[in-house]
Amino acid sequence: MSEKKFSKKHEWVSLDGDVATVGITKHATEMLGDIVFVEVPDAGKAVEKEGQAAVVESTKAASDVYSPISGEITEGNKAIADDPGSVNTDPEGASWFFKLKIKDKGEYDSLMSKDEYDKFCKENPS
Amino acid sequence: MEVQKTALYNYHKNLGAKFVPFAGYEMPIQYKDGIVKEHISTRTHAGFFDVSHMGQFFLEGDETLIESLEKIIPADLKNLKINHSKYSFLLNNEGGIIDDLIITRTEKGFCIILNAACKENDIKQISQFLKKHHKHLLNNDLSLIALQGPKSVEILEKLIPGVANLKFMTGNNFEFEGENLYVTRSGYTGEDGFEISISNKKVEKLIDYLISNEVKPIGLGARDTLRLEAGLCLYGHDLNEKINPVEANLKWAIAKKRKEVGGFNGWEKIKNLLTKGSEKIRVGIKPDGKVIARENTKIFSSDNNEIGFVTSGTFGPSVNAPVAMGYVKSEFSEVGTSIQLEVRGKKYGGKISELPFYKKSYVK
Repeated sequence: MSEKKFSKKHEWVSLDGDVATVGITKHATEMLGDIVFVEVPDAGKAVEKEGQAAVVESTKAASDVYSPISGEITEGNKAIADDPGSVNTDPEGASWFFKLKIKDKGEYDSLMSKDEYDKFCKENPS
Repeated sequence: MEVQKTALYNYHKNLGAKFVPFAGYEMPIQYKDGIVKEHISTRTHAGFFDVSHMGQFFLEGDETLIESLEKIIPADLKNLKINHSKYSFLLNNEGGIIDDLIITRTEKGFCIILNAACKENDIKQISQFLKKHHKHLLNNDLSLIALQGPKSVEILEKLIPGVANLKFMTGNNFEFEGENLYVTRSGYTGEDGFEISISNKKVEKLIDYLISNEVKPIGLGARDTLRLEAGLCLYGHDLNEKINPVEANLKWAIAKKRKEVGGFNGWEKIKNLLTKGSEKIRVGIKPDGKVIARENTKIFSSDNNEIGFVTSGTFGPSVNAPVAMGYVKSEFSEVGTSIQLEVRGKKYGGKISELPFYKKSYVK
């Protein structure tokens, strides 16, 4: 598995061959608060880079989860749909959102590194 | 208009509050623990809420004050005993709800607790009916603290002896730190608890004491999930000027005598609706799955006709499921009726539910 890369919309991506795993960052869960609903995409769905791919809702509001990379969904994580609270506990581990078969590794390469992302969060507090 | 702050603003900051603008005030939406934990600790222990943004409106006058207020408030104020409170409304000429409120009879007149976002307009509306010799004051020198949860009575009684004797929806004057304060047994969570009107100067001392008794600070986020589980309306969402008390399923809050005799704004219309029923009515809604039907979600019948809309919807931590309230055509309002909720373009099943969603278990 490759190192994690990060998007400005607070998603993380890791790459294993041509299959990417996508989730939301710990920072995102801290901003959202208690997560109470998750909707993940079904296998076979095509997603565009920065296109809406999943939904996450906290007690406060609903937010879209975007795919930082384009491709075809191979799996949505049903476990987090059944237990949305688990996203708060392990957002960058077991509580990934979806996997997809990517088309262009260049999209992955252009995302932020961990250090760049941490800096980005510091400069853009919300 | 400049953003306002309550006397406890810095105190909240030190407690790790996240603030949001609400009705012209910077108010805590949550603290470090987050909404779900705050909600649960209120239901299992006790929590305090700074609701000092709400208006504490005092009126003084003779018998004619009652006549004046009864023109816009459909409560039986004439027979309201001193230190007793009622939930009621300000009504416009069409019977629409200008605001919902709690009115308490005091020695010299009345105290009305008004919603923060409405208070200025409320005072304008009430003033139209007042006589020159009626005195009124929106007291901004007072804070208002709600203490809610099963341990509230035990905790507050130690600090302010006598509060345990208060019955629900009654209040009295007490002494704290050499100053007078007014305590009512009431709240907005479905739990036992108190609302404490205390001078801005002393409020921090009261909060120090509550925190030393493990009472957690609770933000507006959990206040919303608690009140929704308890089936209580939030003005500006579940109630507004175009909705009357019959539609809001709050006809119980109009005094029996006033229903018969009238003499208040919108009575003709309300009287008519009381006999015939209204076209739409406020109901509780439970989505079948985990999907949350938030405000403005469209409601459809099982045969796909649009029949209403959601006015409040969230995840109920104590119910451990999504809960909502909204308005549907009256023929679909029976508890158990199957409905559909349109969320993000997809229809999800749900049912009309009893209110409240959360029933307090009175363990003795």
